[in-house]
Amino acid sequence: MARQAASKKPKAAAGSGPASDAPDGAELLAYYKSMLLIRRFEERAGQLYGMGLIGGFCHLYIGQEAIAVGMEAAKRQGDQVITGYREHGHMLAAGIDARAVMAELTGRAAGVSQGKGGSMHMFSVESAFYGGHGIVGAQVSLGTGLALANRYRGDGKVAFAYFGDGAANQGQVYESFNMAELWGLPIVYVIENNQYAMGTSLVRSSSETHLSRRGASFNIPGEQVDGMDVLAVRQAGLAAAEHARSGKGPFILEMKTYRYRGHSMSDPGKYRTREEIDEVRKTRDPIEHLQEKLESLGLADEAALRAIDADVKSIVSDAAEFARTAPEPDAAELYTDVYSEAAA
Amino acid sequence: MSTDVLMPALSPTMEEGTLAKWHIKVGDAVRSGDVIAEIETDKATMEVEAVDEGVVEVLLVAEGTEEVKVNTPIARLSGGSDTAPAASPPSAVSAPAPRAVKPAPEVAAAPVAAVALEADVPAGPVKKLSLRDALRDAMAEEMRRDGDVFLMGEEVAQYQGAYKVSRGLLEEFGDRRVIDTPITEHGFAGLGVGAAMAGLKPIIEFMTFNFAMQAIDHIINSAAKTLYMSGGQIRCQVVFRGPNGAAARVGAQHSQDYAAWYGAVPGLKVVAPYDAADAKGLLKSAIRDPNPVVFLEHEMMYGHEFDVPDTEDWLVPIGKAKVRRVGKDVTIVAYSRMVGFALEAAAALAKDGIEAEVVDLRTIRPMDAETVAASVMKTNRLVTVEEGWGPMGVGAEVAARVVEMAFDYLDAPPARVCQEDVPLPYAANLETLSLPSVEKIIQAAKAVCYR
Repeated sequence: MARQAASKKPKAAAGSGPASDAPDGAELLAYYKSMLLIRRFEERAGQLYGMGLIGGFCHLYIGQEAIAVGMEAAKRQGDQVITGYREHGHMLAAGIDARAVMAELTGRAAGVSQGKGGSMHMFSVESAFYGGHGIVGAQVSLGTGLALANRYRGDGKVAFAYFGDGAANQGQVYESFNMAELWGLPIVYVIENNQYAMGTSLVRSSSETHLSRRGASFNIPGEQVDGMDVLAVRQAGLAAAEHARSGKGPFILEMKTYRYRGHSMSDPGKYRTREEIDEVRKTRDPIEHLQEKLESLGLADEAALRAIDADVKSIVSDAAEFARTAPEPDAAELYTDVYSEAAA
Repeated sequence: MSTDVLMPALSPTMEEGTLAKWHIKVGDAVRSGDVIAEIETDKATMEVEAVDEGVVEVLLVAEGTEEVKVNTPIARLSGGSDTAPAASPPSAVSAPAPRAVKPAPEVAAAPVAAVALEADVPAGPVKKLSLRDALRDAMAEEMRRDGDVFLMGEEVAQYQGAYKVSRGLLEEFGDRRVIDTPITEHGFAGLGVGAAMAGLKPIIEFMTFNFAMQAIDHIINSAAKTLYMSGGQIRCQVVFRGPNGAAARVGAQHSQDYAAWYGAVPGLKVVAPYDAADAKGLLKSAIRDPNPVVFLEHEMMYGHEFDVPDTEDWLVPIGKAKVRRVGKDVTIVAYSRMVGFALEAAAALAKDGIEAEVVDLRTIRPMDAETVAASVMKTNRLVTVEEGWGPMGVGAEVAARVVEMAFDYLDAPPARVCQEDVPLPYAANLETLSLPSVEKIIQAAKAVCYR
């Protein structure tokens, strides 16, 4: 497969593209609400896990909200998203119904995967959300395949493949980088560097800790971004998406971020100090950061923010109640969807 | 003294070839390294270099001669090496070193050989096709039919396929639909599954299924499970295909039969055809199937010719076994190349008064246990044959199903013929000892008949 002509070097750096339109006040408020929804949703999921209503592994997105929300703003209709098992936030950011996500966590028939996937395996084709994958790094190859399909069809879509600093050490990531650049595939790789691969810090696991440089030997440009600043994420996301969509091939965004909670609910977190977490919460919290901006720009007063807060709380309470009371899948569902009967 | 130049084997599985062209004539002085001839197999044309020096005394095989057996003397050099001891045997042999003209695959397929067994195809026009060309035709027809079908793998495009299975496809369909990949099985299998999730219908070729172990995570975790995990939202219409099982003298890492591995996974369909008609009809069905299909071919069968229905509508349903020989005394269940062994064994057994029924599974998953059980209910005895290892194998599964479905009909414990429980050895004698053979099948059949 030959690269398209547009992929000729030298590439423009993503950041040097045309200045993106700044978001208006309504958009800023929408980002704020979306981030707050993710945080409140995840807090409630943690609570339901503690009550035994959610089983298995459950990986919370708290602290990383600005990435899913900022990148969502860089997407166009039909662009695909694929990520790993810490995906509740990406789904909510993509507008997928909070009830369907929470009901999947509790394993109910009304869950987005009809209760058969669980926290780590959620999909929504109508929202171009392709999972939700439990094998670290698999989403990078699969996402590159989504981009291959976009290129095959020439439909102008871009795939966004998210993965963590841990997955960044998987071999298939580099196999995929190679083919993506070789064939000029329209994909943005979003590395959510929260500094810990489960309990192993970046410096203990990576010989090159600047993950944005991980595409260098494949000629893929990369950029480090403050992943705690939704506007910085959005800006970088728009430029990277434009790069990919225009036929220049893949782009790597390394989002510097932090997760406040454990790797999963069962993580005692002995590998870092309470002080470290508190410091990030106090100084870099993405939601507080945007809240201050909204207030300083006069876009929202305390009453307006309280109203948003109340709205979010009611969405989350409703989702939790729904997920708690919705019926489990019918026993007959055990044997459905093993094979597709659809005509080719 | 004279030195015979022998017909060289240009690949591990070559048995014969065509002497396409001589580059020397009688009286020519030949030096080591000179190109002396061109030899064609069904896959490639190779130049042959002289190893010994001397003057061409006689050309023993004429240019254009087909089906020249490996090790046949093709020329004689006189006045050979002056360092040769006087006591050398009069016809010290030298095997010329081949040199590739066209790119030659690292491992090659068996040459075309007459197959005594009739391909059991329905009435209507047929044509003789090798397995390799039947597979190629299946892909080409489906690619013409459906623009979402494409082929991806190592050497599938410009090289024309490591085993020439994709010969001509690049020319017809272009590099958008026939895609050469880097050597990166894990990665390109993942890309293929991702493209399938997006609604395309990739055919992913593995140069051999031995290499697919690097990609098995995507075959199982990504392709087989996603429909279920997504509550039916995401299909993976993808075919993983390539040679499976033992070739010839390629050692343990290139010789494994994976039928039992993939056959154990819900969400996958697993197909392993024997003849060209089934290969074509089943591959077309696999490409149209909305599920991930593991399609296990056999390198030693690629060159074999069979009758194939001469129509583009030739489809063979997945999940149906086929009775290839009717018999009343013992049921022999096999798949892929082992079907031919079973049929040979059945012919030999008939001479001893034992009429074996040979059931070709064709599909490993879903397994057509009904056909097997119905046969055992008639014969009361079961022998299974597979190239893979016995423990947790296909034969073990067949035996379990028969015990579940036809326990009261069995007159003897089922017998399994399979690879010995060792990594496949390289030494020719040990390799033969390790693999199933016609003789082993005959012995197993006699044993269950208490003969």
